Amino acid sequence: MPRGGDPMISVTGVTKRFGDYVALDDVSLEVPDGSLTALLGPSGSGKSTLLRIIGGLESPDAGRVAIHGQDQTDVSARRRGIGFVFQHYAAFKHMTVRDNVAFGLTVRKRPKAEVAAKVDELLEIVGLAGYQQRYPSQLSGGQRQRMALARALAVEPRVLLLDEPFGALDAKVRADLREWLRRLHDEVHVTTLLVTHDQEEAMSIADQIAVMDHSRIEQVGAPRELYDRPSTAFVMRFLGPVTQLGEALVRPHEIALSHEPRPGSFEAQVARVVHLGFEVRAELVLGDGQELAVQLTRGEADELELAVGDIVHVRSTALPRALASGGEARAQRPTDRRAVNI
Amino acid sequence: MTVSRRWRIGLRTLALLYLGALLFVPVGLIFYRTFEHGIGAVWASITTPAAIHAFQLTLEVTAIAVPLNTIFGVVMALALARGSWRGKGLVNALIDLPFAVSPIVIGLSLVLVYGIHGWLGPSLTKAGIQVIFSLPGIVLATIFVSLPFVVREVTPVLREVGDEQEQAAATLGAGAWTTFRRVTLPSIRWGIAYGVVLSVARCIGEFGAVSVVSGKIAGETDTLTLLVEKRFSNFDLAGAYAASALLALIALATLLAMTSMNRRREEEGA
Repeated sequence: MPRGGDPMISVTGVTKRFGDYVALDDVSLEVPDGSLTALLGPSGSGKSTLLRIIGGLESPDAGRVAIHGQDQTDVSARRRGIGFVFQHYAAFKHMTVRDNVAFGLTVRKRPKAEVAAKVDELLEIVGLAGYQQRYPSQLSGGQRQRMALARALAVEPRVLLLDEPFGALDAKVRADLREWLRRLHDEVHVTTLLVTHDQEEAMSIADQIAVMDHSRIEQVGAPRELYDRPSTAFVMRFLGPVTQLGEALVRPHEIALSHEPRPGSFEAQVARVVHLGFEVRAELVLGDGQELAVQLTRGEADELELAVGDIVHVRSTALPRALASGGEARAQRPTDRRAVNI
Repeated sequence: MTVSRRWRIGLRTLALLYLGALLFVPVGLIFYRTFEHGIGAVWASITTPAAIHAFQLTLEVTAIAVPLNTIFGVVMALALARGSWRGKGLVNALIDLPFAVSPIVIGLSLVLVYGIHGWLGPSLTKAGIQVIFSLPGIVLATIFVSLPFVVREVTPVLREVGDEQEQAAATLGAGAWTTFRRVTLPSIRWGIAYGVVLSVARCIGEFGAVSVVSGKIAGETDTLTLLVEKRFSNFDLAGAYAASALLALIALATLLAMTSMNRRREEEGA
């Protein structure tokens, strides 16, 4: 959990262009000390670029980066005191696991005994004790990434940056490692910034999520807050399933069905009813041909006795949400916000 | 491509016959003719003062040219694979120049630049430095013709390996030299080794450029290849064969080194 106080990482007005392509457009972000923050967004949103700029692997065209209050914008990566974990591990292929993890310490010319003790301790923590003399090519993807994490943590960085660390792993390993990372963070408490395109990953382990799209940050907040109170349509769509009912965007579980018309309800025909164990998903078609997915509990579905072809009435049970239109209207953003109300 | 057994045998036979006619038979014949009159004659032929000097000169020139080209090769490969700078495409093309230009032309252009009546001639003469018809000229010519090998072997390796490991090293606190020594160099060592072997073979076997630049002063500026030519022109066939056999032996040793290196490279998955 965030410890409060000064932010550990502070990004102000960062812009980055690659030729004509704008990767980051006036981005600002604060990462609380000791927190696990996720940079969440689709590919091309600029999240990796932002991470690399914070790490010193790229330099911004405009803006400043501060770590622990000190301006690091013109400081090289090697002097920023950060740990970086790459999507494809970036393991030193010609060194053993032991030498990989020890690298940062041997570069700092620490005494051999100290290095050996630290390496042993870290390999124990990441569950690779006994793999010291193996080479990265002899490890599985998940093991390589854990080694990369140990390597990054060896130099006791103040900030840990992870660039889609589980992207190259298969689903089961990804899920396991994600939980493991959270537990590690709970023990080790290093300020961690994680880039991911997987909203489930971000929602399940992050203290705070910054959602990015098209080179800008859309919203920053705790997972629950972003889910319940998204500020733009993009954030709402990205974090969970969304259904359009008239002018409004609602979650499939925020829709009530009835056989009789109610105030504010729309008429729809049942096209399909799917029973997913406890959940039931009803696919409906509105009068204007628009398709709609509604999520019900089994109890609710049984009560309604839905059948394909039935005419039902749908209405939203969600609280009114004011959503900015999001990315597509970006140019007009500050002065022309179209709020969509239910 | 699945080919029937008969076709496979047929194609292999054809390839071997081709190689045989062009390579095995002539080279084999050299060895046969060389040892026709017994080992004693051969030994005497390759231990004449002129022959020993030619052998030493060849080795000396190679020992200067190859390390220089290796350093240049690695630096250039890094610049080509990692950097993006103005004129990169042009320089990349120019590095292949020694392949495109005839060695005789290379030799001649060196004479035109460094010769007594050449471009830099007067300044060199004033400084008391002789380039053409002397060791420096031979070294320059040899460097030029063997220039591309290390670059061309190391650049694709660098491109394929990518620079993520180097980025990781930087985040861990390593400076440029430490990163190069501990991360980059180990990843390109087979590329360098292979490039060095190719360079050595090329340096030892160089004839055209060196023949123009050296002046062929017996006992002074004759390399091993020039010695073979000189003996052949003077109808000392036995002498020519003996020196050729020596060159052929060096070539075979080079070939063995290349093959074993290739095998180990493949094992490592480079």
